[in-house]
Amino acid sequence: MSTDESHPTSLLLGRLSFDAIPLHEPILLGTFAAVAIGGVALLAVITRAGLWGYLWREWFTSIDHKRIGIMYMILGIVMLLRGFADALMMRLQQAMAFGGSEGYLNAHHYDQIFTAHGVIMIFFVAMPLVTGLMNFIVPLQIGARDVAFPFLNNFSFWMTVAGALLVMTSLFVGEFARTGWLAYPPLSGIQFSPDVGVDYYIWALQIAGVGTLLSGVNLLATIIKMRAPGMSLMKMPVFTWTALCTNVLIVAAFPVLTAVLALLSLDRYVGTNFFTNDLGGNPMMYVNLIWIWGHPEVYILILPIFGVFSEVTSTFSGKRLFGYSSMVYATIVITILSYLVWLHHFFTMGSGASVNSFFGITTMIISIPTGAKLFNWLFTMYRGRIRFELPMMWTVAFMLTFVIGGMTGVLLAVPPADFILHNSLFLVAHFHNVIIGGVLFGLFAAIGYWFPKAFGFKLDPFWGKVSFWFWQAGFFCAFMPLYVLGLMGVTRRLRYFDDPSLQIWFVIAAFGALLILIGIAAFLIQIYVSFRNREALADLTGDPWNGRTLEWSTSSPPPSYNFAFTPIIHDGDAWWDMKQRGYERPRAGFKAILMPKNTGAGVILAALSTVFGFAMIWYIWWLACASFVALVGYAIYHTFNYDREYHFPLADIVRTEDERTRRLAAGH
Amino acid sequence: MSDHVAAAPHGSMRGYFIGFVLSVILTAIPFALVMGEMLESRVATAWIVMAFAVAQIVVHMIFFLHMNSKSEEGWTLVSLVFTLILVVITLAGSLWVMYHLDSNMMPEHDTSQVP
Amino acid sequence: MAHTLANQEFDPTVFHQSDEADHAAGGSTLLGFWIYLMSDCLIFAALFATYGVLGGNLAAGPGPRDLFDLKLVAVNTSMLLLSSITYGFAMLASHRNLVGQTQGWLLVTALFGAAFIGIELFEFSHMIHEGATPQRSAFLSAFFTLVGTHGLHVTFGLVWLMTLMVQLGRHGITVANQRRLMCLSLFWHFLDVIWIGVFTFVYLLGVLR
Repeated sequence: MSTDESHPTSLLLGRLSFDAIPLHEPILLGTFAAVAIGGVALLAVITRAGLWGYLWREWFTSIDHKRIGIMYMILGIVMLLRGFADALMMRLQQAMAFGGSEGYLNAHHYDQIFTAHGVIMIFFVAMPLVTGLMNFIVPLQIGARDVAFPFLNNFSFWMTVAGALLVMTSLFVGEFARTGWLAYPPLSGIQFSPDVGVDYYIWALQIAGVGTLLSGVNLLATIIKMRAPGMSLMKMPVFTWTALCTNVLIVAAFPVLTAVLALLSLDRYVGTNFFTNDLGGNPMMYVNLIWIWGHPEVYILILPIFGVFSEVTSTFSGKRLFGYSSMVYATIVITILSYLVWLHHFFTMGSGASVNSFFGITTMIISIPTGAKLFNWLFTMYRGRIRFELPMMWTVAFMLTFVIGGMTGVLLAVPPADFILHNSLFLVAHFHNVIIGGVLFGLFAAIGYWFPKAFGFKLDPFWGKVSFWFWQAGFFCAFMPLYVLGLMGVTRRLRYFDDPSLQIWFVIAAFGALLILIGIAAFLIQIYVSFRNREALADLTGDPWNGRTLEWSTSSPPPSYNFAFTPIIHDGDAWWDMKQRGYERPRAGFKAILMPKNTGAGVILAALSTVFGFAMIWYIWWLACASFVALVGYAIYHTFNYDREYHFPLADIVRTEDERTRRLAAGH
Repeated sequence: MSDHVAAAPHGSMRGYFIGFVLSVILTAIPFALVMGEMLESRVATAWIVMAFAVAQIVVHMIFFLHMNSKSEEGWTLVSLVFTLILVVITLAGSLWVMYHLDSNMMPEHDTSQVP
Repeated sequence: MAHTLANQEFDPTVFHQSDEADHAAGGSTLLGFWIYLMSDCLIFAALFATYGVLGGNLAAGPGPRDLFDLKLVAVNTSMLLLSSITYGFAMLASHRNLVGQTQGWLLVTALFGAAFIGIELFEFSHMIHEGATPQRSAFLSAFFTLVGTHGLHVTFGLVWLMTLMVQLGRHGITVANQRRLMCLSLFWHFLDVIWIGVFTFVYLLGVLR
């Protein structure tokens, strides 16, 4: 059986009807009301202030990697709020649902929440934040003026937004998948999930996946081809090295995700038998392929963050990073090894002792280069003059927290242990431990570190510390109980429990989630307060932390062309080298710079993709055809545009550089 | 720093002809071996056919794709080798894992006959 | 082959390039396109792996020996191979700045490509007519998807060929168009490489099983 036959379909609207709007779900109605009111208010404010033209010209159509990077970060933070709301709802349900009480969420709803939580946090929070960071920083660190393919960069961003839009739409029109974030068949096949949920999942990820893949190609080409003169590979900043390896992983892993989701789509739309229970299908092949993608994916998330920690540690210890070469080799080894461990995600599925031991051993080996990195950071700090600014605080917190998560990972790597702990709350605690303790703490460190560069003023330290401490307390409070519960045998993704003695642990975990909520609120307050006090917090010199890498040689924020003159590099820690050896910033002799033009093509193509995805989800075939034709047609039309560059005027460069000279004088 | 197109490797009439002729030979022989059932051993035929495929891919790489170790400072070759390694891991890994899964979890089933 | 500037050493007292020429866009296009092709290779790897794992699952339905017409496949293969060499001729013409000849060879390439697709569609419709539909078994699902994905790529290449012919007519053999010809060249030859994998592992080894 192919396609969903349980909904009536019309020619005009496919299987879309008023039933799709969840009027009977008070939680959703309330959410919709809040989003609608908030959304309308935001649109009204922007319209009142006459900002649409500015937003379109300066941000939405911008091909400037810095603007695109900031937009990625904003997307990630907005989606963090949605994903965290899902987390709060789950913690509340699990704290309540004991004995007689069924909690407040039925299974139909609860299953969508844990699925959406995972999908959003990985694909629409962590990936955009990490991508945004790499986008903003890498060209500056290598002395380039933009990425290799600026238009593709803009397009990639909007494709990610398109995916996020589809996921958010599923909240109010139809429903989301109820399969968990990886949507294993047969549950995700058409027979057991005939409704739109899994289709929302598939199209959101396929569309966003195109954006991610192209972003990977883009940054790879950028790092390989566009480094400033003299910056050989072993003189690149460590963050750029980790970005290089991350983008290798992106280019290598995402095609597998694309392929396997396409196969699942074929099963659902056309009735093929890749992952069905009969006619020769094999659902385990899906599990196999999705984890061939899935394991490199988690390294895509963590490697750039390791780079962040290297930069932050060396800057705030006032010392060159210890063991640069071993850091590079460790990163490369992790990149390669991440392809040899994937089966540890399904040790229990029966592949037998020989296969399990191979992958168990490789999984244990992959922890070694990470350990090497940790020692290098510690040796960098040793005998340094450490300044405990917020980025450094987050880094130390990471070292303590991530190590615990890493050790539980090595424990899980032992197949016999995993047979007990697979799919228990121990596993859930482990991966939250490494993702929150690793990726999220690192993102907060990165935001604190590079915010002044992006916006020209530092973040308010007081609210930053409030956020920091609530995150620390909240994380431990929310997740340590889960380790205990997991060891006691509690399974993941449950919405109701029979054993009342477990309840106390869930209540503690829910309390931890509330502490994290305060931490997030403090973070948002921090941004607001910093903006209000931006004069007092201003970064006039462009180098607020006495940094070591090239991005700190530019103004805060940097001009659109990044560098008036392309720098020449002699040493790793290029900016430090320049400062030590009496570099004088040139104040004359500028030339007009050839820059790429802004374009609306990325927005249009992504919008058409969103329409196409929506049409495919709801079986609105005429709209799917029309939008697909429009998509291809517009893309071809875009290739006929040969006029993509312009000269950034000399007068504007002179003015910008003079302003920089003034601010530098004021800052000293 | 001007464009690099002129520096991109390109072919010659001679190169394309040699590549074409080699490809024809490397295609015709496997087809003949299989269609004509020329060898006793099917297994041997299979290995020979696969070897010819690898050889023809190399021919295409050299004569049509102008693959060499200098293009793009060696990055073309590096990325190709890395991709090939991953292709091998994906293929071999999947076959190995799935074979073990199937034989442990679905024994005594001739999959060509399972409905 | 010149080193890029990134790998050179410079006078240690000079910290910036004071005399830069305009950086024309497009210096990274070939490498970027090659990297994209490598990712495409991995999509095919996943599809080959799926075919490898599920190809024996006939579900008591027709198998390779029942369905594959190797003579037709041989003809198909030669269409693609010929299209590869005619694209090579197009490239040679473009290096000699001959717009008309370049367009001509691109057209011949497209015709061979269209012949390839036509024969493949004929083969597919024949199989479907015999009841060997993609839904019949996992083997057939994997077969149609792997071969069909390759065919979709060729079709996309045909659209690209047509578009480039028009763009050559409009702008001539500019630097930008040479880059585009180079990228399509990589794409087209890469598709022939994938086809070698397909006819070997799907058709020839399928019949041998």
